[in-house]
Amino acid sequence: MKKMSKTFINNAITYALVIVAFIVMTILQNAGVLTRSMKGQLIPICVYIVMAVSLNLVVGISGELCLGHAGFMSVGAFTGVVAAACLAGGVPNPTLRLILAMIVGGLIAAVAGVIIGVPVLRLRGDYLAIVTLAFGEIIRNVINCLYVALDGSALRMSFNTPVVQEAARTAEGIPFQVLINGPQGATVATKLATFTMGFVLIIFSLIVVLNLINSRSGRAIMAIRDNRIAAESVGIGVTKYKMMAFVISAALAGMAGALYSLNYSTVTASKFKFDTSILVLVFVVLGGIGNIRGSIIAATLLTVLPELLRAFNDYRMLIYAIVLILVMLTTNNPRFKQLRESLAEKLRRGKGAGNESEGGV
Amino acid sequence: MKKVISMLLVAALAVMMGSACFAEEGTLKIGFIGPLTGAAAVYGTSCLQGAQVAVDEINAKGGMQIELIAQDDEHDPEKSVNAYNTLWDEGAQMIVGCVTTGPCKAVSAEAYNDRMFMLTPSASSTEVTEGKDNMYQVCFTDPNQGSASAQFIVDNGLATKVAVIYNNADAYSTGIYQTFVANAAELGLEVVSVTTFTDDTTDFSVQLTDAKDNGADLVFLPIYYTPASMILSQANAMEYAPTFFGVDGMDGILTMEGFDTSLAEGLMLLTPFAADAEDERTQTFVAAYQAAYTDVPTQFSADGYDAVYALYEASLEGGINGDTSTEDACEILVKVMPEITVSGLTGEMDWDANGEVTKTPKAVVIQNGVYVGM
Repeated sequence: MKKMSKTFINNAITYALVIVAFIVMTILQNAGVLTRSMKGQLIPICVYIVMAVSLNLVVGISGELCLGHAGFMSVGAFTGVVAAACLAGGVPNPTLRLILAMIVGGLIAAVAGVIIGVPVLRLRGDYLAIVTLAFGEIIRNVINCLYVALDGSALRMSFNTPVVQEAARTAEGIPFQVLINGPQGATVATKLATFTMGFVLIIFSLIVVLNLINSRSGRAIMAIRDNRIAAESVGIGVTKYKMMAFVISAALAGMAGALYSLNYSTVTASKFKFDTSILVLVFVVLGGIGNIRGSIIAATLLTVLPELLRAFNDYRMLIYAIVLILVMLTTNNPRFKQLRESLAEKLRRGKGAGNESEGGV
Repeated sequence: MKKVISMLLVAALAVMMGSACFAEEGTLKIGFIGPLTGAAAVYGTSCLQGAQVAVDEINAKGGMQIELIAQDDEHDPEKSVNAYNTLWDEGAQMIVGCVTTGPCKAVSAEAYNDRMFMLTPSASSTEVTEGKDNMYQVCFTDPNQGSASAQFIVDNGLATKVAVIYNNADAYSTGIYQTFVANAAELGLEVVSVTTFTDDTTDFSVQLTDAKDNGADLVFLPIYYTPASMILSQANAMEYAPTFFGVDGMDGILTMEGFDTSLAEGLMLLTPFAADAEDERTQTFVAAYQAAYTDVPTQFSADGYDAVYALYEASLEGGINGDTSTEDACEILVKVMPEITVSGLTGEMDWDANGEVTKTPKAVVIQNGVYVGM
C-alpha cells in the first residue's frame, strides 16, 4: 500500500512538471516575452520528449537496446504527411486532421513495429541492437526511393519517378499532387502542428507508458528484463510482453514523427538517420535509463542547449560534447554523489542556522 | 568542481552578453544561413566567405554599411528553422540563404508567412521559390540546369546516344536527372542507359559497363565532384573514353586533393564561375578572397558574393536603410527585385517575379588542367 502511494506521488510529479511547463510557456508566449528562437523550438521539444519517453519503454523498462528508433519516427512522419494530405478535402478542421494523421502515423509505425519485432525479439543483447540499427537504415533507404502522389482522389505509389505521369495528368486537368518525391522528401502543404497538440501528445504518451509500467503487464516486462529464465519459469510469455513494449514504443514514436513532419513544410528521409536514433538514446541515457521524468528533462535540456550555445559559434558542438561528458561523469561518480549529499546536508542545516551556503550546482 | 562549474557558467554568460551588443544606427543587417559544420560545411563555408568579401568591399566604399550575421544550420531543416528564428531575434532585415536546398525549403515557407525577404545563393530546387513572392535565387534552378544541359548537348552536336549516371539518394541529382530526361526526349536525344548509385557507393563498374555496352558516346553526370572523380578514374581503368558532361556540382574537381587532373581532360561542365577567368572583377575577387582565406574560391563563394551585392543594390534602389523594419524591407524588395539588373561574378542577373534568375549558362571544357570557356 505504501509502495503504491509512492509511485502515485512520483507519477503525479511527472504530470505536474509537464503541465506546469506547458502553462508557463503558454503564458510567456501570450505575453510576448518568449524569443522567436524559443517559440520555434516548442514543438520539436514536445516531439523529442515523446521520442525519449517511448524509447525509454524499450531500453529502460524492457531492457533491450534499440538503435533504430528514428526508423519508426520516419514511418510515422511520412504516413502522417500522406494522411494529412488525403484528408485535406474531407476534414476541414486542422486540429482533427492533425489528430487523425497522428493516429494513422502511429498505427502504421505499430505495424512496422510488429513486422520488425517478430524476428528481432528472438535475438538478445548486441544482436538486437545491430538488427534494429539495420532496420532504421533500411527504412530510410526505402523512403529515399519512394514516390507517392495524390492523383485526383487515388493514391499512387512507385519506386520510379512520377514526373512523366504528372505532366500527362495535369494536361488532362486532373489535380496531381506529389506528396513524397524520393530523396527530395515530402512536401507539407499546411503546417498543422501546434504546441497545444504537442502537449496533448506528451500527456497521452505519459498516460500510456506510466500506466503500462505500473500494470500487471508492466511488472511482467520488468521481470523479463531482470531475469528472463526466472520469469519464464513462473509462466510469463516472454515474446508477448517484449512485443507489447516494442510495439507501443514504435506507435508512440510514429505519432511523434507525424507531429514532427507536420511542423515543417518539408521533411526528408535523411533527417531520420542513425544520428537521430542515437540522439534520442542520449536523451534516455542521460535522463536515466528507466526514469521517465529524467527522459523528459533530458530531452528538453539537450534540445534547447545547442540553440543556447549558438553564441559560441564554432565551439558550440565542442561545448555540447563537454556538457554531455560532465553530466555522465557527475551523475555516476561516487565522489560527486557524496559531495552532493553532503551539500544537501549542509543546506538543510544551513537553513536552520542562517542562509550561509547558497548556490551549489 | 563547484568552482569550475561556476567559472564555466560565468564565462558562458559573458560570451552571450558580448554577442548581444547592438549594431550602430543605420547599419543594414543581413542574415546568413548555411551549413558551417557537418557534412555539407564546405559549401556553407565558401559561400559565407564569398559573402564576407562582398560585405568588406561594400563597407570599405563608405556609404551604407552592412553587418553580416551568420548562423549555422548543419544542413538540417530543423536546425535551419532554428537559425532563422535566431536571426529574427538578432534583428536581421533580410537573409542570404539558405545555402542548401532541403533546409531552404523549410525556411522559405516560414519566411513567407513572417514576411522576411530571402535570397538564396545556391539552393537550386524550384520548390524553394514556388508560390513564395519573397524568395529569390542567385543560382540556376535544377530543371534549368537539366534542360540547359540537354539543349547544349543537342545544339553543339556533342552526342546522339547518352548515358546518365545519377545519385538517386540526392535531391539535387534526382532533380536535374528528371528534367534532363524529359527534355532529352523532346529534343530527340536518345538516352540509352540510366543507372543510379547512392552516397556511399565507391565502385561504379556496373554503371560504366552498362553505359559502354549500350554504346553511349556521352555520359551525363548530374552529380557532385567526389563520386564523379571516382567515375572518371574507373572509366579510364576500363579504357572507356566517352565525353563526360557535368553540371555545377562538378565544379571543384580540379582542386580536389589526390585527384589526377589529367583524367578530367575533355570533361565539360556547366558552371557560372571559374576562378581563373580573365575579367578584372573576378581577379580582384579571387585576390581579396585568397588574401583573407588562402583557399581558391568556388562557385559557391561567387554565388554568396553576388547575393550580397544583389541585396545591397536592391536596398539602395528601394531606399532601405538600417532603420527599415524587416516586414517593410520585404515588401520593398519584392517590388524592387524584378526591376533591377545586377552584374555579378556569375553574369548579368535579372529576376522574374517568381524569384527565378535569368542569366546565360556558361559551359566550360577542361583543357590542360584549366577551364576553357566554350
